[in-house]
Amino acid sequence: MLPKSDLDFIRNEMNREPNLVEQGCFLNLWSEHCSYRSSAPLLKTFTTSGENVIIGPGDDAAIVRFDEERVIAIGMESHNHPSYVDPYNGAATGVGGIVRDIVSMGARPIALMDPLYFGELKVQKNLYLFEHVIEGISNYGNCIGVPVIRGETLFHNSYSGNPLVNVVCIGLAQKDNIVTATAKSAGNKLVLIGASTGRDGLGGASFASKDLCHDSEASDRPSVQIGDPYTEKLLIEATLECISKGIVKSCRDLGAAGLAGASSEMASKGDLGVHIVANDVVQREADMTPYEILISESQERMLIEVEPEDVNTIIDIATKYDLNSSLIGNITEEKLFKVEYNNEIVAEIPIKLLTEGATIFERKASEIKHTTNYEKPDAPNNIKNSILDVLSAHTIASKKWIYSQYDHEVQIRTVAKPGDDAGVIRIGDKGLVTSCGCNPIHTYFDPYSGGYGTVIENAMNIAMKGAKGLAIVDCLNFGSPEIPEIYWQLKQAILGLGDAARDLSIPVVGGNVSLYNQSEEHNTSIIPTPSIGLVGITENLDILPNSFFVDDEDIIILIGETKDEMRGSEYYRALDAESTGKSPTVPKDISELIDGIVNLINAGLVSSSKDISNGGLATTLCEMCQLKGAKVDLSHVNSTLKFDEILFSESYGRAIITTSNPLKVKKELDSNSIPYLEIGIVCGKSLNISHFKKQVSIEIEEIQSALNSLTDYVALE
Amino acid sequence: MKIAIIQFGGSNCDMDVLHIFKDILNVNAELVWYKNKDLSGYDGVVLPGGFSYGDYLRSGAIASRTPIMDSVKKIANEGKPVLGICNGFQILTEASLLDGALMTNSYPKFICDWTYLKVENNNTIFTSRFNEGEVIKIPVAHKEGNYYNTPERLNELNNNHQVAFRYVNQKGHLTNESNPNGSVENIAGITNSKGNVLGLMPHPERAAESILGSKDGLKLFLSMVDYFSNE
Repeated sequence: MLPKSDLDFIRNEMNREPNLVEQGCFLNLWSEHCSYRSSAPLLKTFTTSGENVIIGPGDDAAIVRFDEERVIAIGMESHNHPSYVDPYNGAATGVGGIVRDIVSMGARPIALMDPLYFGELKVQKNLYLFEHVIEGISNYGNCIGVPVIRGETLFHNSYSGNPLVNVVCIGLAQKDNIVTATAKSAGNKLVLIGASTGRDGLGGASFASKDLCHDSEASDRPSVQIGDPYTEKLLIEATLECISKGIVKSCRDLGAAGLAGASSEMASKGDLGVHIVANDVVQREADMTPYEILISESQERMLIEVEPEDVNTIIDIATKYDLNSSLIGNITEEKLFKVEYNNEIVAEIPIKLLTEGATIFERKASEIKHTTNYEKPDAPNNIKNSILDVLSAHTIASKKWIYSQYDHEVQIRTVAKPGDDAGVIRIGDKGLVTSCGCNPIHTYFDPYSGGYGTVIENAMNIAMKGAKGLAIVDCLNFGSPEIPEIYWQLKQAILGLGDAARDLSIPVVGGNVSLYNQSEEHNTSIIPTPSIGLVGITENLDILPNSFFVDDEDIIILIGETKDEMRGSEYYRALDAESTGKSPTVPKDISELIDGIVNLINAGLVSSSKDISNGGLATTLCEMCQLKGAKVDLSHVNSTLKFDEILFSESYGRAIITTSNPLKVKKELDSNSIPYLEIGIVCGKSLNISHFKKQVSIEIEEIQSALNSLTDYVALE
Repeated sequence: MKIAIIQFGGSNCDMDVLHIFKDILNVNAELVWYKNKDLSGYDGVVLPGGFSYGDYLRSGAIASRTPIMDSVKKIANEGKPVLGICNGFQILTEASLLDGALMTNSYPKFICDWTYLKVENNNTIFTSRFNEGEVIKIPVAHKEGNYYNTPERLNELNNNHQVAFRYVNQKGHLTNESNPNGSVENIAGITNSKGNVLGLMPHPERAAESILGSKDGLKLFLSMVDYFSNE
């Protein structure tokens, strides 16, 4: 039911009691999910514009310039709650939804990225969720032929009962072909194409329909939508074919709040109204009520505005692809959301009240003061075992079991394969470089630095392929905003993200907020997870560095400063001391540091490069030893740190690069005042690390076997 | 010469194959929507990868019963080249243009990975540019690629040199580890007895440009081009 305050407000604005259909529309459109009611004031702090931004937040997806003719469409979504109730379909339809957001802009989807967060796999239910979420993404993404080129998967017990399934979709369009969701003229027709409309996903944006529809069965029906990737693939082709004819005036995917959401938002954006005839919607089930027709979240549907004479062209194209299509209404001068059913008007709402009327408000925020313990845990005697333990932690280990289930090669653009720091897909002779994710544990201990660090970490990833950030999309996954401490986390993380994006001059062009990620079953609330997707452009694909050592005798250089910042590190997690010590920070001159690395790479001076993040320097060095080993001396990294701290600190703004031309590289780094240290040489078939008198030697096979822990765990389970 | 690349609903490697023929090889190739049944005027056919009909019922089963497949059979019977990649291979076995069946992978998950293949027969329209025994690197991406046939039919296939490719390790040895899907005798691709119909699970179009990791697959398409120019 609508909260009393909302109902009073609506009654007052409409000068009458809204009927049940109208109330249901408000309930769905004014939900947190659709209206960002408590996050909007915070999201306003993002800088969303820039010279390359063509369409920022507010449409189905953002559009940024790629070159003179081509643009990139980008969007990010979460499908967290559905993925807990029904992991296979929840994750699958998460992919489907964001893909349609890209298609409705006139762009062909060319890549997906999926940041995923699960509870520890030793809990049986988590293993089940993990397996089926991956299968859902795999089946849907593979079938529609869009490669998943990168992801991130992190395990932490706060996600028990709250797996997070975030998806980024990237599309490619000709600049002249972009379509928006802004309705153009009164008198134009609305054609709904795609799947039929059923009772699945009823009120996914808000609630079960029982109270409003007096339907006793409704409460038993899942509010999780069921995906059909085959229909989605047909819908992608049909929609793009319609758009390529130049007759589509506006277009919107039917997502949250169904037809009510899509039609009212299109009309409202164009300062127009809409008249829907609910009977004309192709229905999957008998006796659907107008309310069900309006808010059904049945998947794989698209709403298209055309001039009256072009209706048949749309219907012909839909028929070619064996899709349903019907003329369901028209755009009106009168700024009303009007719905007709059985020749009666069943809803008539001032359109701006429905789409923009929800009051937004900032909630109470209370700072969380974590008790800080600076007493360091005892370092284990056997440092080699510590390294192998960290490598085999599921969060650090190779995600090959996951990404080998995704068709990451389809569309023949994938230059850098999954498992690399950044995804690289070719577009013409240039590359689009992509990264996604965040560090929730850092964010938990220090939400502002965690938010800031999230942008930096992703920017470092794409810098490893010679790209600077072009645009950010975000997906802010948090617990209940009604808890002041959680609202504070949200606020701080957003401020951190926004400041970092500004410091690197990257606009935040779109995103999604997912709140209330808490579970009664497991008595958990997630740690703050401000995940982002970042894209950039690299000009020269021929000089992309590898992410592992390739040439014997190359010199290994550590860039950045390693500090005593162990809190929340993977190493301290392994020692059960994750709350100990100082949180990782970002160096002040990070923007210059990133520019410096990008310049080195674009000058063709770098043979391999890898950013240092979760698991620290030790992890990065190990991961680079796939074909070749190395000999490394860490005695002079930081004289105030112990060996294990140097190996496992998670300070931001660091990377390993190798070069055959150290003189030139050092000169460049010196001239840009970037801190660095030559630490060793590529050689042999093992990784040999020394720190004064201490020495560790690890064979490549030992590293690979530790990194294989996740695959072994799941495949053998 | 003119090549038809058949698009079923759910095909998703159609544009990739078109790119190889048109942009890389400068060969006349066209996408043909499956509802256009007429293939007269084409000198060869490619059934590209993807999920025709969403893989519903069984991979390739529904597509193999569409009317356009009668035209594909006609082309095959005329001795013109017919190439089925991945889902295309599945369709060809379902249509009985190729012998055997493709079952769910032995580890029953989708697998997308790079594989090494040994060229078993370089005396076909599709393999003339390879050396016999050559080891090539081409990726796979499928959930139903586990080739099966009876021992008797396998004997026939072997005796007739119909096995075109087998999964091997980098050194060219047939091993269990190098077999991504459990295919019998590590079979990755076979031809019909005349040698003008080839089906294979690996995607040669994904290994046709060095920037993507391998150029080995291009030789398959070049072999076809050679065939047409020598004809």
